Amino acid sequence: MLTVIITLGVVAVIFGLILGYSAIRFKVEGDPVVDQIDAILPQTQCGQCTYPGCRGYAEAIAKGEADINQCPPGGETTIIALAKLLDVEVKPLNGEHGEEKLYPTVVQIDEQSCIGCTLCIQACPVDAIIGAAKQMHTVVETVCTGCNLCIPPCPVDCIHIIEVKPTVRNWVAAFPAEPFIAPHAQ
Amino acid sequence: MTVTKTISTFHGGLKLKGNKQLSTGTAITAAAVVSQYIIPLQQHIGAISESLVSIGEHVLKGQMIAKPGSTISAAVHAPVSGTITAIDRQPVPHVSGLPDYCITIDNDFKDKWVKTQPLAEDYNNHTSRDLRQLLRDAGIVGLGGATFPSDIKETEMDTHTLILNGVECEPYITCDDMLMRERAQQVLAGADIIGHIIKAHECIVAIENNKPEAIKAMQAVIDADGTGFFRLQVIPTLYPSGGEKQLIKIITGKEVPSGHFPGELDVLCHNVATAYAIYQAIYEARPLISRIMTVTGHGIQQPQNIEVLIGTPMKDCIEQCGGYINDNCELIMGGPMMGLTLQSDHLPVIKATNCLLIRPCTEAADTKTHLPCIRCGKCVEVCPVRLLPQQLYWYTSCKNMERVKNHHLFDCIECGCCAYVCPSDIPLVQYYRFAKTEIRHKQQQRIASDTARQHHEAHQQRLERQKQEREQRLRKKREMLAARNKNTDSNNKEAITDAIARAKAKKAEREQAATKQPVKQ
Ligand code: SF4
Ligand code: SF4
Ligand code: SF4
Ligand code: SF4
Repeated sequence: MLTVIITLGVVAVIFGLILGYSAIRFKVEGDPVVDQIDAILPQTQCGQCTYPGCRGYAEAIAKGEADINQCPPGGETTIIALAKLLDVEVKPLNGEHGEEKLYPTVVQIDEQSCIGCTLCIQACPVDAIIGAAKQMHTVVETVCTGCNLCIPPCPVDCIHIIEVKPTVRNWVAAFPAEPFIAPHAQ
Repeated sequence: MTVTKTISTFHGGLKLKGNKQLSTGTAITAAAVVSQYIIPLQQHIGAISESLVSIGEHVLKGQMIAKPGSTISAAVHAPVSGTITAIDRQPVPHVSGLPDYCITIDNDFKDKWVKTQPLAEDYNNHTSRDLRQLLRDAGIVGLGGATFPSDIKETEMDTHTLILNGVECEPYITCDDMLMRERAQQVLAGADIIGHIIKAHECIVAIENNKPEAIKAMQAVIDADGTGFFRLQVIPTLYPSGGEKQLIKIITGKEVPSGHFPGELDVLCHNVATAYAIYQAIYEARPLISRIMTVTGHGIQQPQNIEVLIGTPMKDCIEQCGGYINDNCELIMGGPMMGLTLQSDHLPVIKATNCLLIRPCTEAADTKTHLPCIRCGKCVEVCPVRLLPQQLYWYTSCKNMERVKNHHLFDCIECGCCAYVCPSDIPLVQYYRFAKTEIRHKQQQRIASDTARQHHEAHQQRLERQKQEREQRLRKKREMLAARNKNTDSNNKEAITDAIARAKAKKAEREQAATKQPVKQ
């Protein structure tokens, strides 16, 4: 009886050590679920989900603190992708956080009015604005995510939203009209 | 000498009614000169061209007005001499129906050419590299339909066989046919130039057997040539034999694998119209500013082929051909199988416009909805790429883009064979076009969001770094203050007297300098 207890005890200790070691040795960097969620989010970094940036929202979803329908820039597509990833029900966008935009947007600085206060630069989460104190500022449109965070701080209201309409280089063809279902086939 | 070698065939395909005789009755005529030309900056596959001109500038005929925007791109030239009046978005003939950037030139009717000296026969003494650059500067693109920039890639050098594509398999279109009938000599001279550039050993001229006149004309020139470089290969009439990979299969019996290039089989395909454009670039120093275009169909008064300047409004071409037979006609750019329906004729002719097909609306089926797929498998039988069109359709309709991609959606050449035979009238190609553009759009979005993530991370790292640097500075300052406080008062006093002495010395120096100044003057 004693030998059995001792053997089992030793085995338990050995496995415990192995497990403990491998937990440290093979530790996965970062959190795979958060990464997967973050990969789906649009990276606009606008904070409309009430979290500071998309990563924060991804962490909150992973912890179960936030719902999947709080990201207006991602809209329906993102909600569907999140629902699929997390195996939960698809639900409509929570209107409290904002509406989904028809077209993506960027902002433009009215260069005549800009007084060079640098406040917008400090607000931009992706460093899309170039400028210096008392110099005219400008937005690099290819970097701008359209988060609009730079608009409220501007003291002279010279930042304007512009829609980015599709061009021949990034258009999406219309989905053809759905098939006609013959009455007898229903 | 026509050596009739045994030829292969590709899977599927369709025997279609050619309707070619409609537009082959008269010789190629020059299109009327108009007062305004609109030249789109994106007439080719690849990056948009970059404008080299500004509004109000006067340009000469043949002058380069836009340069290639990147490696894969093409130059654009002024079709007439005149003044640039606009550089803006204009309606263009594109499947999306969206406007795009164009340069508008008001013709001054002086027809003044930019000064250039043609190379002519002298090209034989030039290196392939020089000639390739010359073709790039001439804005040559594939005129068979794909409009891929034809400055011939490095990877295409030292290719054994050049296939000259004079197949023209799509119904109604006859511009290549007429070109070969009337200008066989020049077409083959153009092919000779390509052969010289890529150091080809042979050139196989492929023509469908429904063009006896073109075959006769080309054969005559080949016989007169006598070098044995050219060989004419008549192939059976079957749609889409003119597709690059299909033609290569017919001629060589080998299939170009999915995701690979013909160069890997030691062959290179060029269209006869492209060869002619290359001839013009070398022998006439004429960049690609015009092309031969078929205006045909049962909806036009006088179907014919016209040689038209790029940028000419389609409306003027249609008027020159007698106009529409009635108000209820459908305008298609290209042929009935692969062409695109246009909403208006207020659009410019572009490098890709090989045909304007005008059909009375009754001829075209006008169905809004279609019946469900009955899985008859007819589409599979005709697909020349050996895809499974019904599966592509199925996965596209339930928007399962992963599966569509896995079923080789991007190998589909949009030939329309599947939709043509489908008993349920499913607009299959429209589904594939949706899937292709949707997948491409998602990829672009993915790239954009990945970049935004990187920028955001870099931004946060910068904030973090700045915070640490600030803290470090503060800490240093505090340490310095603390160190100074530790020092005795005497030390402090010493420092103060030192400073006062220094200040006095400086003041004395300044005064001295001030007294010296007036003396100098
Ligand atoms: S709302 Fe969407 S885009 Fe904006 S920060 Fe939150 S997750 Fe990112
Ligand atoms: S420029 Fe303005 S709208 Fe654009 S990313 Fe920066 S803060 Fe957002
Ligand atoms: S031909 Fe049409 S109905 Fe028949 S299997 Fe193909 S898609 Fe379905
Ligand atoms: S359109 Fe595409 S799927 Fe249909 S037959 Fe042609 S290559 Fe095959």
